[in-house]
Amino acid sequence: MMKVDPALCNYCGACVGSCPVNCMFLNETRVEIDEEKCIKCGFCIRTCPVGAISADWWSK
Amino acid sequence: MKSYEYDVLVIGAGPGGSMAARFAARNGAKVLLVEKRPEIGVPVRCAEGISRDWLETVDVKVDEKWIDANIDGAKIYSPDEKSVVELSAEKAGNEVGFVINREYFDKHLAALAVEEGAELWLKSPAIKIIKEDGKIKGAIIRKFGEEVEVRAKIIIAADGYESQVARWAGINTVLRERDIVSCIEYRMSNIDIDEKFTHFYIGSCAPGGYLWIFPKGKNEANVGIGVALNKIKEPGEVKKYLDKFIEEHPNLKKGGILQIITGAVSVCPVPKKLVDDNIMLVGDAARLIDPITGGGIANASISGRWAGEIAAKCLVNPSKECLQEYEKKVKDKWEKKHLRNWFVKEKLSELDDDTLNKLMDVISQEDISEISVRAILEAVQKKYPELIEEFEELL
Repeated sequence: MMKVDPALCNYCGACVGSCPVNCMFLNETRVEIDEEKCIKCGFCIRTCPVGAISADWWSK
Repeated sequence: MKSYEYDVLVIGAGPGGSMAARFAARNGAKVLLVEKRPEIGVPVRCAEGISRDWLETVDVKVDEKWIDANIDGAKIYSPDEKSVVELSAEKAGNEVGFVINREYFDKHLAALAVEEGAELWLKSPAIKIIKEDGKIKGAIIRKFGEEVEVRAKIIIAADGYESQVARWAGINTVLRERDIVSCIEYRMSNIDIDEKFTHFYIGSCAPGGYLWIFPKGKNEANVGIGVALNKIKEPGEVKKYLDKFIEEHPNLKKGGILQIITGAVSVCPVPKKLVDDNIMLVGDAARLIDPITGGGIANASISGRWAGEIAAKCLVNPSKECLQEYEKKVKDKWEKKHLRNWFVKEKLSELDDDTLNKLMDVISQEDISEISVRAILEAVQKKYPELIEEFEELL
């Protein structure tokens, strides 16, 4: 499971544009993730300038 | 589902989208410009520095309302901050000029599009594109909460760094790890800085990118950082780099943060494909950011103008053959330059602080009349030939 922490997210879209499989979407107010398409590369997790994205499969 | 019909649908009302809408409308097209946000120009995702020389190219008159500071030049600091290379606006190839207020600037450009007859919808994200028999026929837009169909002869994808519309259409704008720069910036008050210059710090303070201070008026500035994704290991590391830099600089540490701005930029060569049947890409969505400076406002605006003009010309036959004229124009202007700058960026990002200190020491002492990659490399070659070996192919 992936999570976007709304307390940190700035809705800038940095994660969306970095996703190599285009499985994220910035709607009017938040980021949506289509986890079925996700390839678990972690680009979004590391690109997020404020560290708002986490996942149970992520390790450094 | 409600259905609307236009000649040109522009997705995204940043500088690229607004210019595309404006020039398509000026040339007779029926244009719709859609923006997912509730306000044009907000949230700002930018350091807000622009040069002066291109505004005429896109027929925009300078308006005091969106200028926060006039800049005389740029100062680049070595990692040890002992060497400073000063560039006047002329020497920097006019890369510096103004620090603008994007909240006003973007609204101004959108207003210019409306003035030419373009229609503008806010709170209207594109959800997906409409394809029939393999051809793009428009897009589904969530117009203030209601999904509607917008049919158009040509879609102009101006959706910024996200670049989703292009990818939905099957145009490859996927970025490699090394070509992604993650950014965070604080709008700071009560700081001490030289307000006549933009300031750039390079080296391990911002791996694979740089740290900037762009004055926004008296004792105020955008203090920001970009770090290359291939140098980032942990989540939230970019913010830590910026906080560390501020902590180590008393002139900044005493200040307050008025706004936190985040985003990412692409630092890659120009993609192979910028048009297809019924679709064109502009600005950040077309990955047209300069790989060295990270600047994208001018390129977005100029490409937007060209896309709008050529779209209006191709309404009878919106095929990729007709739209190719746009792709050629963009490539003639930026393909070579961005490839060279990408190459320099790649080399620079591998240099350690010690090497950068030596390089900057030479450059700051030499009287280099013209700041160009070539002139700098030649000056360095005289003193540290071993440093230049890597760059020889550029000389």
